[in-house]
Amino acid sequence: MPVPILKQGAFLIACIQPGLSDHQLLMLEDHLSGEVERSRAEGVIIDVSALDVMDSFATRTLRSISQTTRLRGARTVVVGIQPDVAFAMIQLGLTMDDVSTALDLEEAIATLAAGRAKRHGRG
Amino acid sequence: MAVAEEDIHVPIDRDVDVVTAREKGRELASRLGFSRTDLTLIATAISEVARNIVVYAGHGELVISPAQQGERCGIAILARDQGPGIPDIGKAMLDGFSTGKSLGLGLPGARRMMDEFEINSTVGAGTTVAMRKWVR
Ligand SMILES: Nc1ncnc2c1ncn2[C@@H]1O[C@H](COP(=O)(O)OP(=O)(O)OP(=O)(O)O)[C@@H](O)[C@H]1O
Ligand SMILES: [Mg+2]
Repeated sequence: MPVPILKQGAFLIACIQPGLSDHQLLMLEDHLSGEVERSRAEGVIIDVSALDVMDSFATRTLRSISQTTRLRGARTVVVGIQPDVAFAMIQLGLTMDDVSTALDLEEAIATLAAGRAKRHGRG
Repeated sequence: MAVAEEDIHVPIDRDVDVVTAREKGRELASRLGFSRTDLTLIATAISEVARNIVVYAGHGELVISPAQQGERCGIAILARDQGPGIPDIGKAMLDGFSTGKSLGLGLPGARRMMDEFEINSTVGAGTTVAMRKWVR
């Protein structure tokens, strides 16, 4: 089951379901870069609040999505990393230094909208 | 009445098996009484060793079972494959060492997440990772 991508104004929103395989995560990366292109989205929100594990592969893929979309002129915000998951990521040695994160969807949209206003000279 | 827990064998051949392995591990760990935080650590460690089998060995298996030591009870996870083996385990256990252009965090990270960690590998014969964590 592929990850559905919703469009909300200038932003794309992808909600990752638990139990996603590596292959499905790579498919999401592909779909997102295609959608950013097609819809000229300025921001991508990836909701991971349903994920009970973020291992090295998932983190690496999210970073890669963020870097690819940035080259396409869109920013990525990862939303909803659960406290236990964050703790496990730290133990693993994983960081999201180069990826924006937000606690919830609202905060993510606000972050992206602020960046957008700045770029459009209204910030 | 408590039902005796049996060893859970999960064959690892493809990426979806990594998901199955960590789900089964989380299930057993939850029945054994681990905290929510520990469940996540255990599932993440399983994910790392299972993925290493898919990526570096192709095939293998995970055996997940309850562990007992005196008064302590916990979970034991054995990951084994007959893949190419690891020439230098010391290097493989270092943060950031990867022959797969990845982050090189799976093995050292799994060691940090579990209470006990033992790795054995023979080039040309395969790799075994045995890990345990105790209920606190
Ligand atoms: N089951 C295995 N069989 C053969 N080699 C392995 C196996 N597991 C690990 N290795 C070797 O040990 C190295 C380190 O493994 P580790 O899981 O720590 O990092 P990685 O898989 O390269 O990256 P990451 O797990 O962060 O994505 C691997 O790059 C690989 O060379
Ligand atoms: Mg690994």
